[in-house]
Amino acid sequence: MKHVAANMAGTVLNILVQPGDEVSAGQDVVVLESMKMEVPIQSEVAGKVSEVRANIGDFVNDGDILVIVE
Amino acid sequence: MRKVLIANRGEIARRIIRTCRAEGVATVAVYSDADSELPFVKEADEAVHIGPPPVPHSYLNVEAIIRAAKDTGADAIHPGYGLLSENEAFARRVQEEGIVFIGPAPEVIGQMGDKLTARRIMQQAGVPVVPGGEDSVETVDEAADVAASIGYPVMLKASAGGGGIGMQICRDEASLRQAYQSLRGRAKAYFGNDAMYVEKYVERPRHIEVQIAGDQHGTVLHLLERECSIQRRHQKVLEESPSPFLDPETREQLCQSAVLAAKAVSYTGVGTVEFIVDESKQFYFLEMNTRLQVEHPVTEEMTGLDLVSMQLSIARGERLGVKQEEIKAQRHAIELRVYAEDPVSFLPSPGTISLYQPPAMEHVRIDDGVQSGTQVTPFYDPMIAKVIVSGATRDEAVERGIAAMQNFQIAGIKTNIPFLLEVLSDGRFRQGQYTTWFIQERAAQSNN
Repeated sequence: MKHVAANMAGTVLNILVQPGDEVSAGQDVVVLESMKMEVPIQSEVAGKVSEVRANIGDFVNDGDILVIVE
Repeated sequence: MRKVLIANRGEIARRIIRTCRAEGVATVAVYSDADSELPFVKEADEAVHIGPPPVPHSYLNVEAIIRAAKDTGADAIHPGYGLLSENEAFARRVQEEGIVFIGPAPEVIGQMGDKLTARRIMQQAGVPVVPGGEDSVETVDEAADVAASIGYPVMLKASAGGGGIGMQICRDEASLRQAYQSLRGRAKAYFGNDAMYVEKYVERPRHIEVQIAGDQHGTVLHLLERECSIQRRHQKVLEESPSPFLDPETREQLCQSAVLAAKAVSYTGVGTVEFIVDESKQFYFLEMNTRLQVEHPVTEEMTGLDLVSMQLSIARGERLGVKQEEIKAQRHAIELRVYAEDPVSFLPSPGTISLYQPPAMEHVRIDDGVQSGTQVTPFYDPMIAKVIVSGATRDEAVERGIAAMQNFQIAGIKTNIPFLLEVLSDGRFRQGQYTTWFIQERAAQSNN
């Protein structure tokens, strides 16, 4: 199990995966927006998405878990 | 004009307050919950709370802003930059309420806000534009046809985009086809308008823009150029004037093209005509900004003029009080944008500024919006201060910039000051040899 976490505080602009999706290492899974900047967040590992813990529009802090990949 | 409401925040609100105060005009600030402790709120003669932190509920909340103007008896609104500054509907609404909008006519904002319309107007006026499709493309096949006719590389752009959002370089048909779908989807989501167009991509370009000012009596002046090629993610980091790249002849042609562009739309107010300039010094119209820009102090320190004062005077219907031949580069000026961000990854770094001490030095101007104890929130742009340095020569300005950056103390959040110091010390920058790829190329070199 591997967590994909936010690397900055900001708003969830888009979620690019849903539970059950296969992702590859380096694939964009969530797009955050902070200070008018869009930052895509990648999964560091390949695997299957088991949980998405964020919703579009949520405010997240640096380190918050966004997606869990198994 | 007795009282100006400033529909903005931070450093630009303070900047506008400064000139209004000097001219005996009262000011009204508007602020969100996140900004109640910021200096601009205290410095304005009056301040009105307009809503919660997210901009759609406060700084983009037209009703709340209009109400604040009415309640305080403001007879003019200055929109600053960003936010509502280039919103045609807002400008029109302000005028309909019988309030002076400090900016150009709403129609002009609308025309220049749509890239295809802007491009068509400029082409008709004889201003050089980048080769490309004259109309938006409706399908991916049409995009590929246009690209084939002008030749790769091309830039695929969302008509309503800006600030680097909604554009992509495509070097072959496969990448164009791939980019088309995602860009179109994003354009629809972001701007509510998915019109796309294709134009020639200029390799290794320089971004050089001309400041213009037009009064209500038909006079248009240029205030020379600014070079803004040092950018990360298409966002400017450092600007300077005069440009180290232009020769006097190209400068004259560029400035005259900007005047032509402004006259083509009967421009009133201060504005900027942006160009890209290729390696052979061919220049092409990029877009026109119908507002005061972040980097306007570069022009102010270079020419000795006050652009906000010019805006107020134009809005009052006065004639421009300066002649073209009187506008000269008196000094070399450089603006350094201090951002709350990681100096290596450029990722935003919100947080609380525990210590804030800008340098106090001769020929170093600080336009800032924060102080010790200020919380930098993720809701707004990461810029916390602008440091504008000037010198009799470019070298002197650069040296002064280095000294200013070394003496700027900010603790509690990360800033790009170490990065700005690297740029100022870079050999190619010192020689004036840089393009809009400067930052990316530097990063690629240091990774090798």
